[in-house]
Amino acid sequence: MLIKKQYDVVVIGSGPGGLAAAIEAKKGGADDVLVIERDVELGGILLQCIHNGFGLQTFKEDLPGPEYAQRYINEARTLGITFLMDTMVMDVTSQRKLYLTSQDFGYIEVDAHAIVLAMGCRERTRAQVRLPGYRPNGVFTAGTAQRWVNVEGYMPGNNFVVLGSGDIGMIMARRLTFEGAHVERVLEIQSYLSGLSRNYVQCLDDWGIPLQLQHTVKRILGKNRVEAIEAVAVDDKWNFIPGSEEIIPCDTLLLSVGLIPENELSKKAGVLLDPVTGGPFVDEHFQTNVPGIFAAGNVVHVYDLVDWVSLAGAEAGRSAAEFALAEKERSARYIPLVPGKNVRYIVPHKLDKKALEKGDISLQMRVTKPIEEDVWMEVHGEENSIVRRSERYVRPGEMVTIVLKPKMAAEVEKAGRLTVDIYPKSEA
Amino acid sequence: MEEKNFICTACPMGCKLIVRMEGDEVVKILGHRCRKGETYGRQEAIAPQRMLASTVKVPNGFHPLLPVYTKGSIPKQRISEVLEKIRAVEVTAPIKAEDVIIPNVIGTGVDVIASRDMPAKN
Repeated sequence: MLIKKQYDVVVIGSGPGGLAAAIEAKKGGADDVLVIERDVELGGILLQCIHNGFGLQTFKEDLPGPEYAQRYINEARTLGITFLMDTMVMDVTSQRKLYLTSQDFGYIEVDAHAIVLAMGCRERTRAQVRLPGYRPNGVFTAGTAQRWVNVEGYMPGNNFVVLGSGDIGMIMARRLTFEGAHVERVLEIQSYLSGLSRNYVQCLDDWGIPLQLQHTVKRILGKNRVEAIEAVAVDDKWNFIPGSEEIIPCDTLLLSVGLIPENELSKKAGVLLDPVTGGPFVDEHFQTNVPGIFAAGNVVHVYDLVDWVSLAGAEAGRSAAEFALAEKERSARYIPLVPGKNVRYIVPHKLDKKALEKGDISLQMRVTKPIEEDVWMEVHGEENSIVRRSERYVRPGEMVTIVLKPKMAAEVEKAGRLTVDIYPKSEA
Repeated sequence: MEEKNFICTACPMGCKLIVRMEGDEVVKILGHRCRKGETYGRQEAIAPQRMLASTVKVPNGFHPLLPVYTKGSIPKQRISEVLEKIRAVEVTAPIKAEDVIIPNVIGTGVDVIASRDMPAKN
């Protein structure tokens, strides 16, 4: 596989948002679409969401996460989209330049006419909910446990308490029960369920796993491994209610306490974030404040249904393709001015071919070395000479100019770039 | 007359259903907002059904586990039996999404199928 220097649309992340964006960008007329994925396979977190409930809107079917992803992966593959796996995006600039490191290609720079940010979200950790107590092994986010149990084949423990009634927490409570573990309880600090009620029914109620609302973990016990947690009831302001403490023996505590859009890269590109959602401010096409940088899916705000993520990705991808095509057309009008023989630099560095129709364009430059005899200053394309004039001498200290005139527009039009050479007439 | 209360799991809306029973017969269903909800309520009152998803071993796979699911709903009370069957299965990569892993699992008429493509280990 050859990595190009320039792509129409670059999508960061290959979860549902990124895949939908790449597919729609390609269908929307973007020729070169690149998807960058840090994992070794496409699909994102859907691959570890093996439970069903996905795609009721998109496919009118009740599918597990991997199957939902598979359909998008299959479509993306047939469209001729380029995928760069096992690759980290280190930096993105507001000029839509990306810096990548990859196992196979090393360090790469890529330019994009448009970018779709689809990095998804991250789980809140113990540190972010400030759980006191020892810091033993056995405290995991629900998503980490999900990856281990469903993809890698490890059980994180035997006796679980789940903190937080988010969907992943409830789904993992059922999953761990299926795999022979005991789930003691799910604790929720708020007075209501934070996940979908269907998950309460199928995941907790079906399996007799108790849910305690307005309860949280007061502290974690155990030095090397979790031995128990101390649960406590809270009031409406989340204050502990004295006397309600209960020690619950367990060896593992799972946290399902919310998700945060992952926007470290967005910040580097100058994308402004909404403090409420944690994701970029976007317009109706999911374009951020930085022109040509779009964002889709959980990177914008946390969704509860993947079908919505796909719709958002599709819109961002279509819009990114539209932006890229306009940008491509605009940049195709420009040709570079290249310093040739004895020319150190030229200003301007590039010119809009159409601009020549409106009037003269003066090219300003300095030479590298003095020539104390008659010289030719010549502007030429790859194959055609455009204009030539003479000077009696040239010196680096004295700027020289040569003027392009509207009558030269037809010749300039033929050129892919313009080179200026300055050389003694005696050598001509 | 007996009344049973359920939360519908047919879609993420989670409608609150009231199912009125006359002995073993469903007389009336209230609270649903679509046909799926009505079907769910009726089924839930008589013989609850669930879809089931789990994993099977695939020792030569790109990952050690292959996610699988029941192509349709199975009786809720038979989930443990189906899980036992699933746990006993070992498959060989490559596998294609929707490949049948266990046909007609424990006579339910429902196949257990693969949830994704699983290439072999390099």
